[in-house]
Amino acid sequence: MWTHLRRSLVMVMFCTLVFGFLYALAGTGVAQLLFSHQANGSIGPNGSTLIGQNWTGRDWFHGRPDDAGPYRANPRAGVSGGDNPLVANGVHGESGATNLGPRSRTLLADTRALVAFWHRLGVAHPTPDLVTTSASGYDPDISPADALVQVPMVARATGFAPGRLRRLIRDQTQGPQWGFLGSSYIDVLSLNEALARLRGRS
Amino acid sequence: MGFLFTLVLLVLTLAVAWRYLGSYLAAVFDGRVHWLGWVERPLYRLLGTAPEKEQSWKRYASAIVVFSGLSILLTYLVLRLQGHLPLNPQHLGDVNSALSFNAAVSFVTNTNWQNYGGETTLSYFSQITLMVQQFVTPAVGIAAAIVVVRGFARRRASTVGNFWVDLTRCLFYVLLPIAFVAGIVFVGQGAVQTLAGPATVHDVLNGVTQTVPRGPIAFMETIKQLGTNGGGFLNANSATPFENPTGLTNFLSIFLVLCIPVSLTYTFGQMVGSRRHGLTLLAVMAILFGSVLAVTATAEHQNNPAVAAAGVHSSVGNTEGKEVRFGDTTSALFGVASTSTSTGSADAAYDSFTPMGGFGLLVGMMLGEVSPGGTGSGLYTLLLYAVVAVFIGGLMIGRTPEFLGKKIQATEVKLAGLGALVMPVTVLVVTAIAVSTAAGRVGPLNHGPHGFSEILYALTSQGNNNGSAFGGLAGNTPFYNVIGALDMLLGRFAILIPAIALGGVLASKDVVPRSLGTFRTDNAMFVGLTTGVVVIIGGLTFFPALALGPIVEQLSHGRFF
Repeated sequence: MWTHLRRSLVMVMFCTLVFGFLYALAGTGVAQLLFSHQANGSIGPNGSTLIGQNWTGRDWFHGRPDDAGPYRANPRAGVSGGDNPLVANGVHGESGATNLGPRSRTLLADTRALVAFWHRLGVAHPTPDLVTTSASGYDPDISPADALVQVPMVARATGFAPGRLRRLIRDQTQGPQWGFLGSSYIDVLSLNEALARLRGRS
Repeated sequence: MGFLFTLVLLVLTLAVAWRYLGSYLAAVFDGRVHWLGWVERPLYRLLGTAPEKEQSWKRYASAIVVFSGLSILLTYLVLRLQGHLPLNPQHLGDVNSALSFNAAVSFVTNTNWQNYGGETTLSYFSQITLMVQQFVTPAVGIAAAIVVVRGFARRRASTVGNFWVDLTRCLFYVLLPIAFVAGIVFVGQGAVQTLAGPATVHDVLNGVTQTVPRGPIAFMETIKQLGTNGGGFLNANSATPFENPTGLTNFLSIFLVLCIPVSLTYTFGQMVGSRRHGLTLLAVMAILFGSVLAVTATAEHQNNPAVAAAGVHSSVGNTEGKEVRFGDTTSALFGVASTSTSTGSADAAYDSFTPMGGFGLLVGMMLGEVSPGGTGSGLYTLLLYAVVAVFIGGLMIGRTPEFLGKKIQATEVKLAGLGALVMPVTVLVVTAIAVSTAAGRVGPLNHGPHGFSEILYALTSQGNNNGSAFGGLAGNTPFYNVIGALDMLLGRFAILIPAIALGGVLASKDVVPRSLGTFRTDNAMFVGLTTGVVVIIGGLTFFPALALGPIVEQLSHGRFF
């Protein structure tokens, strides 16, 4: 018993040192040396391309409704968006999904409210991604179809020809990795940055 | 099409791992791998032991119990004192006692059930302390599995190995190198790895200011998957792009989760001198995994009932609680890999899976997590079922049953039966307690059958040391923290100890020569028999509970709760 206890203590201390701190430090060192941009959160001038943001108005492409529509952050009511993880607009929360079940009355009502939200913005046929929330609560991406249904809205608000916007979407589309791992997606921040550049030129 | 290619690539890479990682594991535990001898030897001196000093199964098992107990105590203390410890850039306070107890037990039992959101509760110091257990507990599980394998391989032996040596070798030769290399790939893909605190960024385009949570995430991510642990740095786990940024990291996560449990069947085959027996166990795992995957992937490719009722048609499956970059079927594959092992990580919100999709995840756990199961725990649990199958087969043909030349007698069957029945009994009893007390019933977020599913899922997950959740359940209450911790302790040690005992008892036996009448344990018939035993034990015990949850939910067409 005492032998076990002494050995256990030695082993726990040793493991904490090697597999905790040395491992984490060595990993951080290698990560910062080789991929410092990624290791620090892929943060550009307007934010991280890996963390969704709340886009309002009709002159930008919107991400998924993690922080919009019925999930819009409301500090006074203590609603932090779709459990948005970030201190976005002053509201604290954690990453996470709505966790509403497939036969939840709340989910049905929220989905209806989101459909109405998109109708008000001028998107006639919102896609499933646009009326459901993501797993992380800050999905930075939308599918090409999600972007295409927003083209009439953005075209009307910005004055760009729909064809030009569709070309922009095509340029920003990332195929599945290696051609088959995962799905095609568009990073919303990059798409809107490209849109801003287009505006700057015109 | 993409999903099909993903499956093909997964099968191919796992086949390579099965062959080469499998034989490497055998070499490691036979003591034929020495490239880190300069670390091993001083550590053994410090521990006051040596590879030649082997232990009886009782010594071996008691070492695991004492070591785990001390780990729980020290992890608990770190969480309780977090506010006074360094590496705490967000100045988070101490964790309360019930939550600390649950979290400490959770990580030491390889469960990684989390009743907290990591980014808002734990300092980097605490996260790193928990990560230590993500290395140690899979090594303990694998060591226990190796004891059972040695039980079959050895003859008239009084010892089953040295726990400290097996633990050290597994940590240094297997887990550390794979996790470290994979960590570099994860960071290259975009996973975060920094000790700097959260970053604040302002977007001039939309006027949004964000505080982005960061931390030493990527390298915890890889050991979380490789060790079938599952507890991530961030609340939303592998769904967050900072943990799992791309399709490639998602695929790698699935591979890391499955590679050791799958390869251990080869290790088993090699160590007992019959690779065909390893292949037999692999076939059982593959049949169960494939069946559950077919159910869940098909179900998730359907539209979400609530979304359909709101008038939105979907050709991309159930998108609620899923990330665009992964999609419906790949998220289903991740979910099945995670719940059929003891991982419990998640790249989607399992709570929002369709009723049959969630059914598949529950079944993966309820079958005892043997398809392929956790690191080590999958193999030893499946071997317990196989012993029961041998016993039943022996009864059918009226001979004393043998498995790999070892006579399966009363003691062996009792131990196997105990190990196979502890989990269903524990899970059903604690679920019954939870649904019949007010403290248990306030937990669920959802109403109707799905609310029951949330409770059942939580206690099944903890009782199987899985750790995944139907996340709507508010588990951070004294009731769920304590009952969950007991559930996890029984789910780990009440199976692990009988398994080690079985290894010890078998090791002491001699081998009886094969004869014409020997019941074969390496053919399709035995695959069917073992699969049948797993399905019948899981099915008979859990069917009533499943009927009250996902099955009635699936049948409630047009009703919302």
